[in-house]
Amino acid sequence: MSLRRFVLRRLLASVPVLFGVSVITFGMIHLTPADIVDMMVANNPDATAADAANLRREFGLHLPIWEQYLNWVAGMLTGDMGEVYSRGPDVGGMMIARLPETIALGLFGWVFAILIAVPGGIYAATRKDRFGDHASRFAALSGISIPNFWLGLMLMAIFAVELNWFPVLDPQEPLLSREMLWWLILPGVTIGTAASANLMRILRTSMAEEMNKDYVTAARAKGLPERTVIIKHVLRNSMISAVTVAAFLTAGIVSGSVVVEVVFGWPGLGALLIEAINLREINLIMAITMFVGAAIVVANLAADIMYAVLDPRIRDEY
Amino acid sequence: MSTQRGRIQITGFDADRVEQPDEAIWGDDEDTAVMSRRQRIIQQLIRDRFALVGVFCVLLMIGAVIFSRPITVAGIVVQPFELVPYDVTATGVGDRYEPPSLAHPMGTDRLGRDMFSRVLAGSYYSVTIGFIVTGIASTVGIIFGSISGYFGGTVDEIMMRILDVVFAFPGLILALLLVAVFGGGYWQLVAAFVLPGWAIYARLIRGEILKVKQNEYVLAAKALGARDRSVVFKHIVPNAIAPVIVQATLSIGTVVIGVAALGFLGLGFTPGTPEWGTILDAEQDTLMSGPDADWNWWATVFPGLMIFIFVMSMNMIGDAINDALDAQVDNINHGGGG
Repeated sequence: MSLRRFVLRRLLASVPVLFGVSVITFGMIHLTPADIVDMMVANNPDATAADAANLRREFGLHLPIWEQYLNWVAGMLTGDMGEVYSRGPDVGGMMIARLPETIALGLFGWVFAILIAVPGGIYAATRKDRFGDHASRFAALSGISIPNFWLGLMLMAIFAVELNWFPVLDPQEPLLSREMLWWLILPGVTIGTAASANLMRILRTSMAEEMNKDYVTAARAKGLPERTVIIKHVLRNSMISAVTVAAFLTAGIVSGSVVVEVVFGWPGLGALLIEAINLREINLIMAITMFVGAAIVVANLAADIMYAVLDPRIRDEY
Repeated sequence: MSTQRGRIQITGFDADRVEQPDEAIWGDDEDTAVMSRRQRIIQQLIRDRFALVGVFCVLLMIGAVIFSRPITVAGIVVQPFELVPYDVTATGVGDRYEPPSLAHPMGTDRLGRDMFSRVLAGSYYSVTIGFIVTGIASTVGIIFGSISGYFGGTVDEIMMRILDVVFAFPGLILALLLVAVFGGGYWQLVAAFVLPGWAIYARLIRGEILKVKQNEYVLAAKALGARDRSVVFKHIVPNAIAPVIVQATLSIGTVVIGVAALGFLGLGFTPGTPEWGTILDAEQDTLMSGPDADWNWWATVFPGLMIFIFVMSMNMIGDAINDALDAQVDNINHGGGG
């Protein structure tokens, strides 16, 4: 099967998945005991039942659930994600304002993960079963086991509050300024730690496996320096297994961003999702969940494509 | 020694067999082969010091769960011990934010409650929810995945699309939505983590079953007239279970972190519950004391440390089992793909 057909088929297969995500999320929000209007009325002692009914009519919440869902789908298909009921701007504008923040955080997390994991993995694999390997195993398991919100709190307490190396307050600068880096480092490290630890373990395992193969012996026998053997041959071939887990790790970073953004007061989508859930802002919850679902589908697809490019045999499985 | 720690094994050379050739030739019927493989795995686990430390910590924590507070079932006291020195909800047993001392080994919190009692009692929530969620999720996943993998065809296709939908939610986000629906509380949290959690087991066991299904003993069982149910659960599942066990051990840690994260976000339990994440949520403003004021570190360090130690222990055990089972269980972490 050609690569193009493979990609097309996978893209088509993701349509029902996203449909399923939207139905489940929409259904769940409507199962919650209190809706957005209840939340708004609860904050305003003067509001009467008639006001609530009016609000519901205005928002279209009095319609049967399937009609509300179809309205939402129709809106989405025409590029209108609906409005944020309790505030001014529409969902689309809010997403556009918050999205770059989350992407910047996630990218920083990824860069940090790779910067730590690649040298760490090489170090462990070349010292397999020796002290360095055990130490890196311990470090990697710690990285996987540490709860990200606690890690964030501890980093903040030590490096921002006690040592005063980093700003304590919530981010104050525009995203793409140099000062912003100071705000980005602690949350970025927090979010990247688990991915880094996972990646390090995977690289170590697959590199150790590769190093036992004949072509490595052949390369060494040819007299190539060990450095070249490791980096040009072993590492490159081990990257395939790293690529296959990239999607899995991206999903981890995305869901990690929810908690980490709350800890650091980072104005991204994750923190917005918590706000939206607390206020029952249907359209906002739907938009963020759909976006996250789409991001995960795309990440999986990207991993599959890279895998298919690296190893053409896999294409036949679809 | 025939095996080497880590994932690489030297195959085709088995020192035990060379030393005891007779047994290798004559004593190798089905039963002893299984036993010796199992023994080898257990031996390797014992040699793994990480795993031993992990088991020790987990046993300590389970001890804390059982003995920290008396347990009564239907009015009868089944477990009379009470290890917590103070009532977990009693305020003012010490001053506000007393640093750790002999009387209060982990200090006191903002209401003068004894942190040690609260942290010890808090093990109940994380540890039991972790095990219960993993138990239910793996059972559901095994049944779902077995059916899907064994029957194949259209059934498989539909069931796999359902899995794709579950996988498109990152676990914590689905749990967040579910807690928004059900509200917080013990069994609500169990549900919130089972619903996204079973999918990984289903995918894993399905993949294993597709492999195991090809074996001749399965064909033989079918030819002998065994019913589908007994073929799946007596012949196929036991041979495909290894990676599921590893995954289950590793995901207890994920669930515990998730539960604590929801507690930290204020969505898990009512404020004041001695659950580790909820304690962290209540005490997180102690960090903001500023560089000159004293940092009441014990209020946030100990609950988080307990989560870390428990999850780390489970991961060390899981990692060691993974190593011991070795080549069979490659790619255990690759569940998010596809």
